[in-house]
Amino acid sequence: MNIHEYQGREILRRQGLPVPPGAVAATVDEAAAAAAELGLPVMVKAQVLTGGRGKAGGVKFCATAAEVRRHAGAILGLDIKGHRVRQILVTPAAEIAAEYYLGMLVDRGSRRVLVMASAEGGVEIEQVARDNPQAIHKLAVDPRFGLLDHQALHLGLHLCPGDLPRARQLGAALQKLYATFLAEDASLAEINPFIFTPAGDGLAIDAKINLDDNALFRQPRHEALRDRDAEDPAERQAREADLSFVKLQGNVGCLVNGAGLAMATMDLVQYYGGRPANFLDIGGSSRPEKVVNALRIILADSAVKAILFNIFGGITRCDDVARGIIQAAGELDIRVPIVVRLTGTNEVEARELLAATELVPAATMDEAVQKAIALAGQAV
Amino acid sequence: MAIFVHKDTRVLVQGITGRDGSFHTRGMLAYGTPIVAGVTPGKQGQRFDDRVPVFNTVADAVAATGANTSVIFVPPAFAAGAVLEAADAGLELVVCITEGVPTLDMVRALPFLQERGVRLIGPNSPGLLAPGLAKLGIMPASIVKPGHVGVISRSGTLTYEVVWQLTNAGLGQSTCLGIGGDPVIGTTFLDAVEAFAGDPQTEALVLIGEIGGDAEEQAAAYIREHVTIPVVAFIAGRTAPPGKRMGHAGAIVTGGSGTAADKIAALEAAEIPVASRAADIVDLLRSARPRRRAS
Repeated sequence: MNIHEYQGREILRRQGLPVPPGAVAATVDEAAAAAAELGLPVMVKAQVLTGGRGKAGGVKFCATAAEVRRHAGAILGLDIKGHRVRQILVTPAAEIAAEYYLGMLVDRGSRRVLVMASAEGGVEIEQVARDNPQAIHKLAVDPRFGLLDHQALHLGLHLCPGDLPRARQLGAALQKLYATFLAEDASLAEINPFIFTPAGDGLAIDAKINLDDNALFRQPRHEALRDRDAEDPAERQAREADLSFVKLQGNVGCLVNGAGLAMATMDLVQYYGGRPANFLDIGGSSRPEKVVNALRIILADSAVKAILFNIFGGITRCDDVARGIIQAAGELDIRVPIVVRLTGTNEVEARELLAATELVPAATMDEAVQKAIALAGQAV
Repeated sequence: MAIFVHKDTRVLVQGITGRDGSFHTRGMLAYGTPIVAGVTPGKQGQRFDDRVPVFNTVADAVAATGANTSVIFVPPAFAAGAVLEAADAGLELVVCITEGVPTLDMVRALPFLQERGVRLIGPNSPGLLAPGLAKLGIMPASIVKPGHVGVISRSGTLTYEVVWQLTNAGLGQSTCLGIGGDPVIGTTFLDAVEAFAGDPQTEALVLIGEIGGDAEEQAAAYIREHVTIPVVAFIAGRTAPPGKRMGHAGAIVTGGSGTAADKIAALEAAEIPVASRAADIVDLLRSARPRRRAS
């Protein structure tokens, strides 16, 4: 789960990182009031769950009250990579003497938390990694000991060679960021940039934190951080129904059991020249209500012209799924053809059940995908 | 021989009395897997289905039965604890089926396992099935057939689809292994390839990968240098949009890395044919030739 910068800043502040004050505004008037209270000059920053805000015109410096109103008005409602800006952060503009990148993530290779620090702050770290990988100093932290004092100082000195006070500040910031990472069950935490003012004060002036969805059960505060309005409505509905769903742009709706098979099904739709409308994993359960929920979400997309069920029954019994589909078809107003491929446990019984319906049977995944694409193409 | 299991494998099930644990324990028993004990705290003294003794702790179960392998079906909040308990009791192999384990729990647990030389498979894994020998986990026994193809996968039902096609084509398997769909797992693609390369029963390998991370790339580099048996691959998620988690916690393209295209390129560079669709795997295997060592 991704959270907004202003939410990330609150989390960092709780861990004792130096975060400048700020206020969130949803209107121009609120932004103007916040700027008046914080004192000019200020930065106004779009709060969207995507990167590249600066390039898209979503981050502006405002020296006067008139500029605050003008820029806030321009940024609110802006579309940044498909994300509409509904909130902006207003924060005092800090004078920057030096800026750094401080970040960490769960590294699959070392299977540890990987700390990354770079003197090339304020630019996208992916770009630094491509253009100048030596500029990123990395350390995979031993989880038994955490980020040790000397390791943190060492990283700080890489960033500020010969400047012990600043190196210490950077090291301390990294240790607090690591503590945040563990306390919050993060999968990614970045401060980009961490700056020094001309007076030598360190400040975290941006915060990007991604949280581990698997840890929601023990992080009761996290659910409240979810921005429901930023989610695709169908994806939100699916999440609330405990379905794994990703919206795509095609016309063949896909319902599959298992994530790997669901991806392979989408790929096969494209292989045969079709376009998948979604990724949907209905999971191991064949409960009819889950099938009904899944169908309802897919049918809500008017672009969908045919629906494809691809079920590999191992533990899941195919006849149970067939009953679920028949029940769902009875409860919902379905105007598009449905192709059903059920293989595995009790597939013969399943095929007998489906024979009396208008559902289109298919024996293999390839046959099912080709039939679904053909039917989607015939739709008006 | 299969990989990771052998004729002296003695299995205990953690969470044997739970809904999933009891259902799949019956499946494992029906396949002839030597299940010697179950563990559910508070249920010591009971017998599961009148045959498998249940213990409060793994240590008690090991002392009484000589179990050396565990299969874990406990809820996500307790899964890492169950893995650590199994490792502490001196088991050699731990298979964690549980889906939804917090990633940092596994980061914290792994050094403890490494110190003790314990092999962990998973979490979020369907387990492994050595046809004719043992079933550890939830893979359907009806689709496998004893033979000489090793199968490694990050997925569940996609593995079943591929194994079923192999079986229908008469290509039996030495071991079918699901390493798990999470970002941090105990046994990686590379570990599994190494194990299969050292298994005399395995005469060809099928790798079923998916988007996210670079485990397939690392396996490809190893295969290029060290593996002589034929290897074919399939990668799921060619059409996955970046930044979206495709079901599995580990299946996500981030910052332009972990794409299907990168993985396919790395595999092909190691002269590993990559199937465009699952249905092509059988043909690729049939036409595959033994590999030359690169050096």
